[in-house]
Amino acid sequence: MIMSIPKIFRSQKVIPICSIILCILFIIAIFAPWIAPHDPIAVNLAYKLQPPSWAYPLGTDHLGRCNLSRILYGTRLSLGFAMLIFISSILIGLLVGTFSGYKGGIVDHVLMRFCDGVMAFPSLILILGLVGIFGPGLTQVIIALMLVQWVYYARMFRGMVLSLKEQNFIAAAKISGSSQWKIIKNHIVPNVLPPLVVMGTLEMGWAIMDISAMSFLGLGVQPPTPEWGAMIHEGKSYIRTNPELMLYPGLIIMLVIVTFNLLGEALSEQYGVKRRF
Amino acid sequence: MSLIQVNEVTHSYGSRSFFNWKDRSKKVLSDISFSIEEGACLGLLGSSGAGKSTLGKLILGLERPQNGQILFQGHDIYTADKHTRQKIRRDIQAVFQDSYSSVNPRITAERIIAEPLENYEKLTAAEQKRTIVELLERVGLSEGDLKKYPHQFSGGQLQRINIARAISIKPKFIVLDESVSSLDMVNQKLILELLNELKEDFGLSYLFITHDIKAAYTISDSLGVLEKGELVELYDSKNQFFTSEHPIVKEMRGSILAEHPRFRSIRTRVSRVSHT
Repeated sequence: MIMSIPKIFRSQKVIPICSIILCILFIIAIFAPWIAPHDPIAVNLAYKLQPPSWAYPLGTDHLGRCNLSRILYGTRLSLGFAMLIFISSILIGLLVGTFSGYKGGIVDHVLMRFCDGVMAFPSLILILGLVGIFGPGLTQVIIALMLVQWVYYARMFRGMVLSLKEQNFIAAAKISGSSQWKIIKNHIVPNVLPPLVVMGTLEMGWAIMDISAMSFLGLGVQPPTPEWGAMIHEGKSYIRTNPELMLYPGLIIMLVIVTFNLLGEALSEQYGVKRRF
Repeated sequence: MSLIQVNEVTHSYGSRSFFNWKDRSKKVLSDISFSIEEGACLGLLGSSGAGKSTLGKLILGLERPQNGQILFQGHDIYTADKHTRQKIRRDIQAVFQDSYSSVNPRITAERIIAEPLENYEKLTAAEQKRTIVELLERVGLSEGDLKKYPHQFSGGQLQRINIARAISIKPKFIVLDESVSSLDMVNQKLILELLNELKEDFGLSYLFITHDIKAAYTISDSLGVLEKGELVELYDSKNQFFTSEHPIVKEMRGSILAEHPRFRSIRTRVSRVSHT
């Protein structure tokens, strides 16, 4: 019997289904050079705008490049840099937030007011500013996103540390003679990690969307590098004759982000973690 | 020389913030002085918010009193040199009220008890394990509990683990901050008995902080009454508590729940049922 779609989303199957999809995507990202049938940047004007065929399963674009290969290689870029943003912002956030919350007092005040300042600054303006200074490029976008994202993690970790600090086991550890770093390492960090998984999945979705959006605007990834947002950007001139040039990357972006968000939702429900957005 | 001597300790909690430097601090302890002899137990009675736990924190070295000094074997625990301070910290241990929040939920009983041992005793892995098993057995648990996580224990069992952790490095003094208050009656009695035994075996001294007059009476040698941050009464003998004419003490005495009438009424009810 076929389950209705809302029922699938409510059932316990969301987590395994999303995990499998993401695993496949990660495998594609790692093995893209072996899976892709063609070189994603090889221009062949004789074969431009081909319909799907055995040689080109998703057809070719306006420069005769294989659409499927470009999408497969694009996975690499999107997932890879989303991971980079996620891991670096989590690490900075964990460090700053834990330290700030644990130390308290004036250190906490200074760090948190700095975070408030960064939060009040729109990330889009920061990206546009960096692009304006250094020219368009993925590095600028990634640095800008990292600079903005870690603040939210720092806030979250600080809050968790503050509530942990009131727990008696921290006092007990102090009385047991443990040093500050030992307490942070053994008692605080292990207790703030579980919500991280939930935040992480949601964050990945956001990061992928941001990278794609910036590339679509022509500020991020530059041609001819295959990237989903950039592919939509290049395909938009052919929307009347060949809408599939925008459709394929659009669909894959949607698939990835929906998967990450559904997984994040399901995990947060499972572990009872509150979302920050 | 007393083991612990508290001299005119005053403490307040401030609410100074980044934008508000005006001092709006609230006094929680004023001019507290008492001393505890080696091998003795002082019961500190007081209602909620009387400053009992704050006093415990000050003695444990978790917070520094604003005025006054706390001497351990004649050394000020805050101004002594580093070496002495470390020694003092080792000699003063604690058992808190909430046994669940006193242990890290993510580590096993073995690692909970191992923490002070790792910090103070440099034992080999086998020695450490043997010590921990001995401690577990001493507090009435077994070797099979080594690998269990806190959520697999009951409140009373966890409190035993907390006690094992406190006695693991053979301290001289233990602050029992409401240590039996969150337990049921049977466990309260068992834990109090255990504490009494340990006191004899290890030559420990206790500061027993509680609002439970009966528990304090059971375990203490002397009693103190704390009210709104002031030590209103201090008795060398716990029986003086029952003859004191201080209004607060009288009120406390009046609040002891009478056991007999109720038991009697239950008993009569039972007998009436059995007769009919």
